[in-house]
Amino acid sequence: MNIVVCVKQIPDPAAPQSLDASHNLNRSGKLILDEADTYGVEMALQLVDKAGTGEVTVVSMGSAADVAGLRNALAMGAAKAVIVSDDALRGTDALGTAKVLAAVIKRESPDLVLAATESSDGYTGTTPVQIAELLGLPSITFAKSVAIDGTTVKVERQTESGFDEVTAPLPALVTVTAGVVEPRYASFKGIMAAKSKPLEVLSVADLSLADQIGPTGARQVITDVVTAESRSAGEKYIDEGDGAERIVGFLESIKVL
Amino acid sequence: MALSNIWIVTEPSNGSYTTTSLELLTHGRSFGATVSAITWGGNAALAAAAGEYGATTLYDVGDLGGALPGVPVASAIAALVASVGAPDAILIPNSYDGRDIAGRLSARLDRPVLTNVTDLVDDGGLATEHPIFGGSQTVKARFTGEGPGIYVIRAKSFAAESGGGTAASVVAAPSGDVGATGGAIIAATHVEERVGPKLEEAAVVVSGGRGLGEAEKYALIEETAKLLNGAAGASRAIVDAGWVPYSHQVGQTGKTVKPTVYIACGISGATQHMVGMKGSKNIVAINKDPDAPIFQIADFGIVGDVNKVLPALIAALKARA
Repeated sequence: MNIVVCVKQIPDPAAPQSLDASHNLNRSGKLILDEADTYGVEMALQLVDKAGTGEVTVVSMGSAADVAGLRNALAMGAAKAVIVSDDALRGTDALGTAKVLAAVIKRESPDLVLAATESSDGYTGTTPVQIAELLGLPSITFAKSVAIDGTTVKVERQTESGFDEVTAPLPALVTVTAGVVEPRYASFKGIMAAKSKPLEVLSVADLSLADQIGPTGARQVITDVVTAESRSAGEKYIDEGDGAERIVGFLESIKVL
Repeated sequence: MALSNIWIVTEPSNGSYTTTSLELLTHGRSFGATVSAITWGGNAALAAAAGEYGATTLYDVGDLGGALPGVPVASAIAALVASVGAPDAILIPNSYDGRDIAGRLSARLDRPVLTNVTDLVDDGGLATEHPIFGGSQTVKARFTGEGPGIYVIRAKSFAAESGGGTAASVVAAPSGDVGATGGAIIAATHVEERVGPKLEEAAVVVSGGRGLGEAEKYALIEETAKLLNGAAGASRAIVDAGWVPYSHQVGQTGKTVKPTVYIACGISGATQHMVGMKGSKNIVAINKDPDAPIFQIADFGIVGDVNKVLPALIAALKARA
C-alpha cells in the first residue's frame, strides 16, 4: 500500500495575514505544515501500518526556502517528500496547482492519494478533485473515516444531513476532514530520523508544464481588494449574576422574545 | 459582453432543490440572460421548480445509479458544452457535491474556477466578490481567459424568490462513459436526526465553542436553542474535538448562517468561524475573555462564564414559557 499525501506549507494562521502588492498571500514569514494536512498524513501512516507493507510519500508545491513543514510530516513517519519549488509558480491557481501535483503523483503511481478538503490559507477546495480528474482516478471527498478492504477504499463521507458509506476501487483519491484521526506528535526519534529522509526539490522544467502555471496560466485576475463593511462592537457587560437577564432584555428588544 | 446564457447546477433535495440552488436561479435570472438549470434524477416536480425560479430549460443528467454526482454531472456538462456550445457562466452551489462537480468540470474543460464567491455582478462581464481573512476584507476578481467561467457560490449570497415562471422544458443530458473516474458509489446513506429547525434556516442559532470546557456541556447549547425555537451550532474547534457532528459546524468549512440572532457561547471568534456567521442580523456573545475577537462584531456582549450564564438563561426562558 503506497500512499501519497498532498500537503501545503502555509503562513501560521494564528499570525496576522496580509496580501502583497500583487494580491498574493504574503508568505515571507515562517511556514508551517497546514494543520488540515496532518490528518491526511496520520491517516496514511495508519493505513500503511495496517496493510503491513508500503510507504507514505508527501508531495507539495511552494517555496522550498523553508521545509520545516515537510520535515514535520517526515518526522511523523512519512518515508519521503517531494516539493515542486519554482519562482515561475508564483500566482498559480488551483487548476495549475493540480496539474503540478498530478505530474508529481503520476511518477509515484500510488494506490491511494489523500488530501485535506481544502487548505487553511487559500481554501479554494477544488485542487484534490482536479488532481483526480487529471489522473483519471475516482474520488471521494469529505471523508470522516477511511478503510481499505482488499482493492477497495471504504469511506464514510460527510453529507448535509449525516453521512454516506461510499466505496471506490483503488487507485483512488480521498479528501479527509479534520477529525478523521488524531494526528500523532512527532517523537524525538522521528525528528532525528526525518533529517536524513529523502526530500526532493523539483523545478517546473522537470515537469514540462511551463505555459500552464503562474499568473498567465491562472486566467483570472484580482481587480481589487477592499475592506469589507465592518460590524461595530455594541454593548458589552461584565456578568455580575445578571448576564442572563440582560440577554433576555436584548432578545426582547429585537422581538425574538 | 452582454450575458446571454447562464447555466446553473441545481441540486435536487426533497422534490425540489437545495436552498442555495434556488438562490442561484433567482440571481441568475436577474441578469436578463437565458437561464438553464442542470440537475439529475429529473421529474415533473423538478421541471416545475426550475421554471418557477427562472430556468427555461432543465438539463437532466438522469439517474446516477448510486454514483457520487461529481463525475457524471461534470461529464454531462462537458458534453453539453461540446454539443450546444459554452454558456457565458456556469454557477455551482458551494456544497459537498457542488465542489466535486466544479473541480471535475474545471479539469475536464481546462478552465479555472472561482470559489467562495459571495457576489456576482454584471459590469459588462462578470465581477466576483470573495471574503478573505474571516470576512474582514473582500477580494474582487474576474476571469480573463476564454469562457465559460465556473463560479462556486456560497450559500446565502442571494435571496431565493419565486419568479412565477412555468415549468422548464426538460432535455436529457447524459453523462456518457466516465471510465474509472466514476467508480465512487454510495453503498448506504445515514441521516442524523436533528430536532427543531435546520441550522441554515433557523431564525435563532445558538452555537457553542471551546469555552464550554467539555463535550457534556454542549447540552446547554441544545437546550437554549430548543427554548428559543432555534438551531444548535458549533465552532470548528469542538467539531474537530469530536464533541458534535460536522453537520453542526458554522464557518468557512461549515455552514453559513444569517439568522435574526446568533448567540455565540464560549466562542472566541476565529476568522474561520466569523465568515460563516457575521451576516447575522444580531449577534450576542458570551465569553470569559473580554478581549475575545467575537466581541468586536457582537451587538450585545456578556463577559462571563458560559457555564454560569447559560443555566441562568435556560431558567429565565423556562420561567417565561
